[in-house]
Amino acid sequence: MNSFTKYVKRYWRSTKSLVGGLRISIKVFFRKKVTEQYPENRHTTLYIPERHRAMLEMIHDGDNHHHCIACGLCQMACPNGTIRVVSEMREDAEGKKKRVLVRYEYDLGACMFCQLCVNACPHGAIRFTNEFENAVFEREKLHLVLNHEGSTLAPPAAKKENPVNA
Amino acid sequence: MEQSFLDYYSLEPVTRRIHEALCSVMPEGWAVCVEGLALGVIILLAYAVLAVVLIYMERRVCGAFQCRIGPNRVGGKGGLLQVPADVLKILTKEIIRLKNSDHLLYELAPYLVILASVLSFSCLPWHKGAEVIDMEVGILFVLAASSIGILGILLAGWSSNSKYTIIGAVRSGAMLISYELSLGITVLTVVILSGTMSISGIVESQADGWNIFKGHILTLVAFVIYLISGNAEANRGPFDLAEAEQELTAGYHTEYSGMHFGFFYLAEYLNLFITSGIATTLFLGGWMPLHVAGLDGFNAVMDYIPGIVWFLGKTFFVVFLLMWIRWTYPRLRIDQVLNLEWKYLMPLSLLLMLLMVVLKVYGLVF
Repeated sequence: MNSFTKYVKRYWRSTKSLVGGLRISIKVFFRKKVTEQYPENRHTTLYIPERHRAMLEMIHDGDNHHHCIACGLCQMACPNGTIRVVSEMREDAEGKKKRVLVRYEYDLGACMFCQLCVNACPHGAIRFTNEFENAVFEREKLHLVLNHEGSTLAPPAAKKENPVNA
Repeated sequence: MEQSFLDYYSLEPVTRRIHEALCSVMPEGWAVCVEGLALGVIILLAYAVLAVVLIYMERRVCGAFQCRIGPNRVGGKGGLLQVPADVLKILTKEIIRLKNSDHLLYELAPYLVILASVLSFSCLPWHKGAEVIDMEVGILFVLAASSIGILGILLAGWSSNSKYTIIGAVRSGAMLISYELSLGITVLTVVILSGTMSISGIVESQADGWNIFKGHILTLVAFVIYLISGNAEANRGPFDLAEAEQELTAGYHTEYSGMHFGFFYLAEYLNLFITSGIATTLFLGGWMPLHVAGLDGFNAVMDYIPGIVWFLGKTFFVVFLLMWIRWTYPRLRIDQVLNLEWKYLMPLSLLLMLLMVVLKVYGLVF
């Protein structure tokens, strides 16, 4: 009799679990569909997840200030050698020597979007954006310079307002 | 039974009128021949149209179960022309003849499969007076005719002379023959409840309530068992191990191309429809409208919906249930499939049949 009760118990348990599976799939059936009808909905309902990594960008504020201190940590963190930080030493008004960013070169074609550069940056100067339509016809167009023309390092007061991202 | 020419509830006066009209211009033998041909054309047309509808439905329902949209580009909004386009494409494909296959059996197999499917398709009770094949042992005929399909599958697998096809065919043969048992036993349960084997008789006996409500909980459980074994009979997931594409490319029809493959594909979808149609006939009252005892106003309103709408509506509801099952569960292994049948489904259906006999003998059913 023991094996019979076992049999009935197993029958009951498996029936319950099968019904549970059906319940889950019918929930998915009525859920909003995730398909993006891409070229058509490009300007209307296109949804890219906020954390999607598509393009590296250097953050600039309204006064054309960035936060890059040209320390080169991102360049060292990059496993592909995608980033090249070109900097020079300049003397400021008080006569202190300081490293200043000249060109922040980024090769989109070699980037594997691992986000190690963004994690390495001590000042939150760079981030990944959602702009994913990056296809071009020539390879050279993928070599980008991320710091804007004539931009300078933000003064220390302004730096405090922008919290460093983790 | 003197009825007007256009009876709202029955097609029988119309068919009798047509028969009389034909008999007045030609001998009766010729008239029967012409009617048979016309009916054959209608059945094959309905078969093809339903296949297109079912494939489209399968793709959309499957999409929804996987949280995506499904085909929606070909033919304007909704992708309605996707399946007709696929049909046209498959019609233009070459039928390959394999060098080392058994040519006669290789070419016979798809026709056997489609023959079994069309034969059982024509047994469905579409409307009152519109049963095409209606005999005293109708439900037995359906079971017998649909079994020819197994022969077709086994022949297809064997004659293609390929390891994938033979494994697929043997698996599906073992599975289909096993599941025929619980299918037959649940059908017998309903036959006991209705007291008849004729399909029109079974439908007529449900005029005062569908079988699924009449047999207490018994017919509900029998309905579930029928759905499971019917799903296996139609070779559809989670019992699609005959064509387990990850291991066997396409199973028994791997070596087929063009319309010969199309026949297998068509038969698969129509077997789904036939399984649902028979389930509708046995448990949900065929073309019979929903009647609730005592609510005469409600019953009168339900009667105004024609029988074919009831039949198609209920059948497509069951088709949806089967698709729901298909897209929920992963494929079973062959030993699991046979375990499920021999250790779980068949004992339960035997028990159900026994209980049904007891209920029927003591007059405890509604």
